[in-house]
Amino acid sequence: MKGLTQIFTVSAMNLRNLPQRLGSSSVAVFGVACVVGVFIGVLSMASGFQRTMISAGSPDTAILMRSGATSEMSSGLGFEEIQIVSQLPQVRRENGEPVTSAELYVIVDIPKRSTNTSANVPLRGVEDGAFEVRDGIEIIEGRRFETGRNELIVGRGAQQQFAGLDVGNTIQFGQMEWDVVGVFADKGGLSESELWTDVRVLQSAYRRGNSFQSLRVKLASEDALEALQAEVASNPQLDMDVHRETDYLSDQAEPLSKFIKGVGYPLAVLMALGAVFGAINTMYASVSARTREIATLRAIGFGAFPVAFSTLLESLILALIGGVIGSLVVYLIFNGYTVSTINGASFSQVVFDFAVTGDLLVQGIVAAVFIGLIGGFFPAVRAARLPVATALRET
Amino acid sequence: MSDANEAALDPQASAASAGNETALVHCTNLGKSYRKGKESVPVLSNLNLNIPKGDFLALMGPSGSGKTTLLNLLGGLDSPTDGSLEIAGERIDRFSRSQLTRWRARHVGFIFQFYNLMPVLSAERNVELPLLLTKLSSKQRKKQVAIALELVGLKDRAKHKPSELSGGQEQRVAIARAIVSDPDLLLCDEPTGDLDRTTADDILSLLQTLNQQQGKTIVMVTHDPLAAEYAQRTLHLDKGTLITGN
Repeated sequence: MKGLTQIFTVSAMNLRNLPQRLGSSSVAVFGVACVVGVFIGVLSMASGFQRTMISAGSPDTAILMRSGATSEMSSGLGFEEIQIVSQLPQVRRENGEPVTSAELYVIVDIPKRSTNTSANVPLRGVEDGAFEVRDGIEIIEGRRFETGRNELIVGRGAQQQFAGLDVGNTIQFGQMEWDVVGVFADKGGLSESELWTDVRVLQSAYRRGNSFQSLRVKLASEDALEALQAEVASNPQLDMDVHRETDYLSDQAEPLSKFIKGVGYPLAVLMALGAVFGAINTMYASVSARTREIATLRAIGFGAFPVAFSTLLESLILALIGGVIGSLVVYLIFNGYTVSTINGASFSQVVFDFAVTGDLLVQGIVAAVFIGLIGGFFPAVRAARLPVATALRET
Repeated sequence: MSDANEAALDPQASAASAGNETALVHCTNLGKSYRKGKESVPVLSNLNLNIPKGDFLALMGPSGSGKTTLLNLLGGLDSPTDGSLEIAGERIDRFSRSQLTRWRARHVGFIFQFYNLMPVLSAERNVELPLLLTKLSSKQRKKQVAIALELVGLKDRAKHKPSELSGGQEQRVAIARAIVSDPDLLLCDEPTGDLDRTTADDILSLLQTLNQQQGKTIVMVTHDPLAAEYAQRTLHLDKGTLITGN
C-alpha cells in the first residue's frame, strides 16, 4: 500500500508539473500523432480496398472461368460450356430456372472527375440473372437497363469518380453511344466501380460472338462448391476452374493490399523510430527539469521505482494523447474518403473508401503505447539512477 | 558538548570522544574517495567523530573541504569507501542503496539551502511527504502536519504553495517537513545560505529551539560563522580531515 501511495504521489506531482514543460511535451505528442496518423491512414487504405473487394462477395456464389485464368480478363468461355454448367444439380434453381449470369468484361476509357485524365473503367455485360446472383444490387437512381438496348447502369462509386456518368447522359465508347439510365449500389462492393449493360449488346458492340469471360452461379447450398468442382473437373467437355466468389475476390484484392501494406508498414516503422527518439528526448528533458525534485524525493526516502514509474507514466500519457489526436484526425479526414486506383489483377479502376475501422484505431493506440513505453524507458532508468547527493545541489 | 570542549586541542580525539557512550553517530576511520579516471581522489580520510544525541553541531571549512560529503554520508545519501559509520545503533556503511533509502525515511530529516519544496504542492502537502512513507492514516498524518507547521509558526500558511511564500517561510516549511516524522537526526546544508541576515537569524533560532526544547540532534554545514554560533559546538574540516573544534 505504501508503495502504491509513493507511486501515486510522485506520478500525480509529475503530471501536475506537465504544463511547465508544454513545449517539449508538445513535440513528443506531435511526433506520435504523426506516426499514428500515417499508420492508420495507410492501413485504412488497405482495409478499405480489401473491404470493397470482398464485401459484396457471397460464400454461396461460385465464379467459373477458363482453366488457369487468374482473372476474368484472361478467361474465355463458350456458350455450350455455360449451358452445361447451368444444368448441373449443384446450381440453385428458382421457378425451375438456374440462378446464373454469364458475363463479359471489357475495359473502357473514361476521364476521372478529379484529374480529367483517362482511366480504365470496367464495363460488364450481364444477364438478368446477375441481379439474383448478386442479391445486394439495388437501383438507387433511375432504372435498370433494358435488354437489347445500348443502355448502361453505373455503380455508385464509378459515378462519383468518373466524369459523364450521370443519369440521362449519353457516353461514347468506340463507335457506339450508350445512354446512362440508372445508378446502382452493391453494399459498397467491387461492382460499384463498374458499368453494367446487357451482355448480348456488349458481345455485339465488341464483336465477341457468343463468348463470355465468366459465369457466376448461385450454389444450391454453401457446401455444394466441392461437388460442383468435382463435377466440372470430371466432365471432359468443360475446361473450367470453379472458385468460391469470396475466395476469388480475396485473391484479387491481395496483390494491391500487400503492396499498400508493404509500403505502409515500413513507412510507419521508420516514422515510429523517429517518434521514439523524439519521446526519449522529451523525457530526458523532463527528467533533467525535475532533477532536484526527484533527488529531494529520493533523499526523503521515496524509492527508485516510483520515480522511474512516474517518468514512464508521463511518457505513456503523452504518447496516448498523441495517439488519440492522430487517430481522431485520420478518422475525421479519411474515414469514408473515396478514391480510385488501378487494380493490377484486372487492369481496371477500383473505387473504394478509406476504412478507419475500430481494429485500426486499436492498432494505432497500441503503436502509441509502444512508442511511449520505449521512449520513456531509458529516461525512467536515468531518473531512478540519479546520483541523489549530486542532483540535490543542482539549481 | 562538554566533552568536546575539553578535548579541543586534539580535534579528532575531541570529536571522537564527544559523548562516546551515548553517541547517536559514531564514525570510525571514515573515508570517502571518488574515482577520477584511474585515480582515486580522497575527499574525506580517517575521520573519527561521535555526535551525541541532542547535539547541535556546526561543520565549517572552505569549499571542497568535505563538509557536504560528510553530511551526505551521515544522511545515507552516499556510502563511505573506508571505515565504519554507525547511526542509532545501525552500521549504515554496510547498507545497500535500497536499504539506505528506507533507512533515510525513518531516521533523517534534510534541510537544504534552496528549500527543495515541491512547487505544485501546498505547504501542508509538502510537509506531509515523509509521512506518506509511514503507515500512518490520513487523519494521523494531518494531525502531525498541523503540529509541525505550528512548531515552525506557519499554521496559517498551510494551504499556500511555495511560490506564495517568502524565502524564510519556505525554509520553515522545509524544516517542518524535516521534523514531521520525528527523525533521529536533522541534517542542514547551508540552511541560511539563501536568506538575508534577519531571516537567517529567525531560522537559526528556530533550529536552536528545536534542539534545546525538542531535543533534536542537528548537524549543520555552513560557511557563516554567525550561523555557527547558534550551534553547541563547531568542527572545522580542511582537505577531508577535522582540524579544530570548539
